[in-house]
Formats: sequence, C-alpha cells, structure tokens
Amino acid sequence: MDVLTLSRIQFAATISFHYIYPPLSIGLGVILVIIEAMWLKTKNPLYHQMARFWTRVFALTFAIGVATGIVMEFEFGTNWATYSRFVGDVFGSALAAEGIFAFFLESGFLAVLLFGWDKVGRKMHFFSTCMVCLGAHFSAIWIVVANSWMQTPAGYHIVETANGPRAEITDFWAMVFNPSSMDRLFHTLCGCWQAGAFLVVSVSAWYLLKNKHVEFAKHSMRVGLGVGLVASLLSLVSGHDSAIGVAKNQPAKLAAFEGLYETTTNAPLVLFGWVDEKNESVHGPAIPGMLSYLTHGDASKPVIGLNEFPPEDRPPVQRVFQLYHLMVGIGFAMIGLAVGGAFFCWRGILFEKRWMLWLLVFSVLGPQIANQAGWFAAEMGRQPWIVYGLMRTSEGLSAVVTANAVLGSLVLFTFIYLLLFAVFVYLLNDKIQHGPDEADLKPTGKLAESLGGHRA
Amino acid sequence: MNYGALDLNTVWFLLIGVLFTGYAMLDGFDLGVGALHLFTKKDEDRRILLNAIGPVWDGNEVWLVTGGGALFAAFPNVYATVFSGFYFAFVLLLVALIFRAVAIEFRSKQPMRWWRQMWDIGFAGGSILSSFLIGVAMGNIAWGVPIDERGEYAGTFWTLLGPYPILLGVTTVSLFMMHGAIYAVMKTEGELQQKLRGWINHTIIFFIICYATMTMATLIYVPHMAARLRENPWLFSIALVNMLAIANIPREVSKRRDGRAFISSCVAMIAMMTLFGLEMYPNLVLSNPVAANSLTIHNAASSQKTLGIMLTIALIGVPIVLAYTVSIYWIFRGKVKLDKMSY
Repeated sequence: MDVLTLSRIQFAATISFHYIYPPLSIGLGVILVIIEAMWLKTKNPLYHQMARFWTRVFALTFAIGVATGIVMEFEFGTNWATYSRFVGDVFGSALAAEGIFAFFLESGFLAVLLFGWDKVGRKMHFFSTCMVCLGAHFSAIWIVVANSWMQTPAGYHIVETANGPRAEITDFWAMVFNPSSMDRLFHTLCGCWQAGAFLVVSVSAWYLLKNKHVEFAKHSMRVGLGVGLVASLLSLVSGHDSAIGVAKNQPAKLAAFEGLYETTTNAPLVLFGWVDEKNESVHGPAIPGMLSYLTHGDASKPVIGLNEFPPEDRPPVQRVFQLYHLMVGIGFAMIGLAVGGAFFCWRGILFEKRWMLWLLVFSVLGPQIANQAGWFAAEMGRQPWIVYGLMRTSEGLSAVVTANAVLGSLVLFTFIYLLLFAVFVYLLNDKIQHGPDEADLKPTGKLAESLGGHRA
Repeated sequence: MNYGALDLNTVWFLLIGVLFTGYAMLDGFDLGVGALHLFTKKDEDRRILLNAIGPVWDGNEVWLVTGGGALFAAFPNVYATVFSGFYFAFVLLLVALIFRAVAIEFRSKQPMRWWRQMWDIGFAGGSILSSFLIGVAMGNIAWGVPIDERGEYAGTFWTLLGPYPILLGVTTVSLFMMHGAIYAVMKTEGELQQKLRGWINHTIIFFIICYATMTMATLIYVPHMAARLRENPWLFSIALVNMLAIANIPREVSKRRDGRAFISSCVAMIAMMTLFGLEMYPNLVLSNPVAANSLTIHNAASSQKTLGIMLTIALIGVPIVLAYTVSIYWIFRGKVKLDKMSY
C-alpha cells in the first residue's frame, strides 16, 4: 500500500480509538455535576455513593483518553507535515488554545475530583467537578472549531512563502465561528452527552435485572435517562441544523450523504438503500420531495447533486451514504429508547419491564456506533479534500516519511490499542461487577462536615 | 491586540522555552520517580511513590502537550520538519508516554502479582524511554541535523542516534532521576524516606558525571553551543548559578531541607535551559552540515498576526493556569497517605 492509504488508515484507526473515550468523559462529566448538585441539595448520602462510583468509571475513561490524545496532537506533524505547514498558522492556534484553556483546567481539577474527596469540602469538590466538566467541553469546542475550519475554512487568506503557499489568519473570530463550527459543536456535544448518559443507563439496567444495588441503580437510571432523553432530542435538532449547513457549504458532501446524483427540485429522501456507484443511482424506499423540504423548507426548491462535481472532486458515495444513514438510524432509535424508558419511568413501571431493561443494557453501544459513523461520514464526506476546496488529502502528507515507516507505526499502534482496549473492557467490567461501595454511603473527612464547616 | 514594535518572534522563542522549562521542572520529577520505580521492592513503597505523583502527573504532562501545540501554532515549519523527520523517534516517545500513563492508572486496579509487575515495568520503562528520547531530541537540535533547502529533514532514524545526542539523552535521564528522588523525599516519611535520601546522593553523582562529560563534549565537539558565552563573558554568570545550584542540592539534603533542595534542582534546570536557549537563539533547529538551512524564529514562524493573537491567548491563559496549578499543589501538600482512592 502507498503512504497515502497507510497514513489515512493510521489516522482513522488512532482517532476512532481515541474517540471512544472523550465522549464518555464529556457525558459522564455532565452526569457527575448533576449527581453532586443533587447531593449538595438533598444531602442524601446515596448521591455521594453514586458520585464516587461514577468517578471511578470516569477516571478509567479519562486515562485512556489522555494517553491516546497525545498521539493525535503529534500525528499532524509526523504524518501530515505538508498539511501542518499549510494550516499551522490557523489550525495550530486552535490546538494551542485547547492546551491552555482546556487541558490544564481538566487535568488540574481532575486531581481534586479523584483524590480530593477527603481533603476539601463539599462545595470545593463540587466546584472542581464543574471545572473538569467545563474543561472537557472547552476541549471539544477547540478541537471541533479546528476540524470545522477544515470543513468550511473562513477568516484566512492564502500567502506565498519560501516553503510554498499557506493559510494565514486574517480574522480570528471569523476562523473560530466559521460557518459550520457552532452547528457541528452542538451536534458533537449531543453525541457525547448520549455516550455518557447511556453508559449510566446501561449499567443501572443491568443492576436492576440482576436485582443488585437497587436503590443506587434506580437513582442512577433516572439521572441517565434524563440526560439521555434531552441529548437525544437535541441531537435531532442539531443534526438537522448541521445538515442544512452542509447543504449550503459543502453540497458534494450532502449529496453523498443522501445519495443524490442529479440536481433536482422535489428531491427525494432515501430512507435506506444501496448506492449503485457505476450507474449513479440509489435503490431503496424514498419519500418524494422530502430532501428538498428538509433542506430549504420548500419541496419545490432544487438540491445540488453529485453530477455537478467532476468525479475527482466527489467523496466515496457508497461508504458515506451508508455511514450517514447508520448514524441517523441509530439517532432515531436512541430517541425511541429514551422516550420509551422515560415514559415507563414516569409511570413507575420501568423497573418491572424486563424486556425494556434488556434493551437499555445494550443501549450503551448506540451512541458509540453513531458517534463513530457520524465522524467517519463527516470526514469521508469532505474527501478528496483535507481542507475543503483548498488542499487535497494526497497533498498533505509528510514529504520524508516512507510507506514502511507508516506501516511499522500502524502495526505498533494497532497492537497497543488492541491491548489497551482489552484491558479497558476487563477493568470496566470488573468495576461494574464490583458495584458501588457500601462504605461510600458514609462520607468521610471534610466531606462529612456540615456545609458551614467547609474550608476552600 | 496590537503589540506595536514588540519582536513577537523572539517573544515566542521565549514562551516556547518557558513551556518546555516548565515541562522539565514538573514532569521531570514524575518521570524521575518513574525511572526510580523498580529500585523499590515492596508493593507498599511503590504505591506510595505512585501516589506521590498521582494527583499531579497528568497536569504536568499537559505542559508537553501545550508546548507541542504552541510550537505547531508559532513555528509550524519546526513542528512539521521535526515531527516528520524524527518519525520513528516520536512514535517511540508516544508509545512510552502511553504505557506510562495507563500503567499509573491500571496498576492498582488488580492485586495479582503478575498484573502489578507488568504495569511496574510499563511505568518505569515508559518513564526512562521518554526522558531519554526528549534528551536525544534536544541533542540533535543542538548538534544539528541534515536539513535540505526546502526545510525538510534529510537524514534517517539512525542519523539521530549520534554519540552526542545519546549523551544528552542519558544526561536527561540522570537529571530527572535526581529531581524525582528529591521530590520523592519531600513526599515520604520513615524508612522509605531514609532509603530515598540515600538515593539522592547516588543520583547526584550519576548526574554530575553525565553533566561534566556532556559539558566537555560540548566545548570540544559542539563549539557553536558555547559561542555566545565566549563572546559575552558576563553570561558565564548563568553557568555559575547553575553550578552553585547543583552544588547546593547535597548541602540542603544533608540538612534535611528537602524543599530547598528541590528549588535548587529547579533553578539548575532553569539555568541549563537558559544556556541552551541563549546558544540556540535565533535558531530553533540547527542544520548540519549546511548551516544556511537552519530553521530560525524567522523562516519557521507563523504570521505576525497569528503570533500576536497567540500572545493574547497566552497572556489570558497562563496566569489562570499558574493560579490553579499552585492551588492544586497546595491542596495536595504534605506527606502521602494511602487511602481507598489511592493508586
């Protein structure tokens, strides 16, 4: 295989493995803030026990997220050096801002969240948890901003330098608020909240089925379902906004998402199907006019098809179509599960409905698969560009790195990541089997003191 | 923000220097504790050492991540040339950092002997290898690496393993071991502390041997790394501060003033990085043999506009970071006590 293919496989492999963990940290971060707020408000020690247990799960996901995150930061330079020279002025600023504003905040207060239980008061601990959660969100902001700039570049101009042309910032805020960044950020965060929420839902459903830690599971289930329901519904809204943006700013990508070849008014929405790339058609049930309506709010308006673009400027249609539809399909399934679960919970019959609990046990996989599929669809849909309209992926490679070197590192990373994944699953399962600690029902140290006795 | 006539390229040379010095002083001690990890035999001792760095190692490593991000933003050509040119060295560094990070987190999760030993080796090996590779990278930057007229690295992986860079790698390991031993003494008590106190002397001797050898090698084989001091003799005062700081470490340790010993070690690191920066300036990566191809703060930099924006970001961000970093070290001050949340 050539350097391009190998480098793309390596980047895809390392980022998709990394992307299992930060969404869990972001989602669990929100859940921890809610649980600790409930504890402060109700003083019910059950919430202290919950905070302790979910903190342990959080720590596990965070550690692998950090370890695999450094790889991402280095990889732009190691494998995509020409790209890095071209975008460093713009893209590098967003990464550096992420380091200063997000990583320090997150890692600093994580120390208090994990090890400060007996060293600080309740309010200080709650504050630290909020800061960790905020740091995780800041990190999402800057990295999605950077990635969105690659999708819809703005606030830059191209300047000739001794090392060839490169993009330079002309307007920092136009770069940050580029046309797709806020839609994509909101949609990404919805996916992250779901990832964390459905992990909590899944573990709680498991305990309820096994009739273990019942009070703990019921309370955790309510928090998880609440966050999951809100995030799933918001995901629909943000996904819709995001797609309208794609139609406007990256029409070739939207056409690939929807498998639309001919520019047409009354464009149909294909629900699922198979793309026949040779004959440039899609087979599957479709709602006539729906795509035009969703894109423009008017079925009589045209949607741009792939035929407007020369073949060398089109993304791989079949793969993008299938991944996009997988994401959307799971998105709706998650809404169904969350609404169903919340309804039964409200009626007070959820904990007897074993079939529903079994569905909820497996719900943890939904957001994970949808997050991966969505990210792949977004990145593959941008192809053949690494920066949309400005630089092709094939032009961004490192000039001096050989195929053998990339193959070597790819094999090494694959081996290590498989090992890490096995250990992660083993330890996560171990924590779940072990369950919440009964001793945590009694807060210790400064946490046991009354709220008035707290010292910051 | 408008910074007027301020030489932003030089400011960013300084700021990158500050970030990497901060990294050396902070992550230096936890890498050093990692390098010493296997010398303790008892499980409890190992746990105490791990928990001495437990709450802070992660934040310390962020200095490297932010340093890398700042390099990407301020000097993208250096980031691109060095990271792609030193490809396999950086992949090894990543592997070392990954194993180290997960070893700290995973080790305590199971009681089995084989499990703990496996992660002990991962932690120690990862710490030693990352310290070594960071030193090797600095050695190459100072010695000079082949760079072509397009600014691309023109050597191979083996080009990087010259005797001088290896010497700098070993010196870095010894420096971090000394720094880590002092930190560990500050965080422990009783029998373990006695044992660690003895180690400080061994690590100081190891470091001084490495450092003296490296200084001689620099003067004889890398004269350009002493040129600015030759031309400006008053700068020798920095070298003198460095020597005094190093000499002060065993003095403070013998008087049981461990905090002051740690500060001396930090001062020595700042002095060494200052000397390194003074000799490199205005180069960021020296080209050898064609010196004209060196990457400098001018030909490798981002636009003035971006350097200005980044400076604003740094001026907002760094004080906040310093404020809560200090608070967190304050919260976790004192000797390590193992509890159920400990590693």
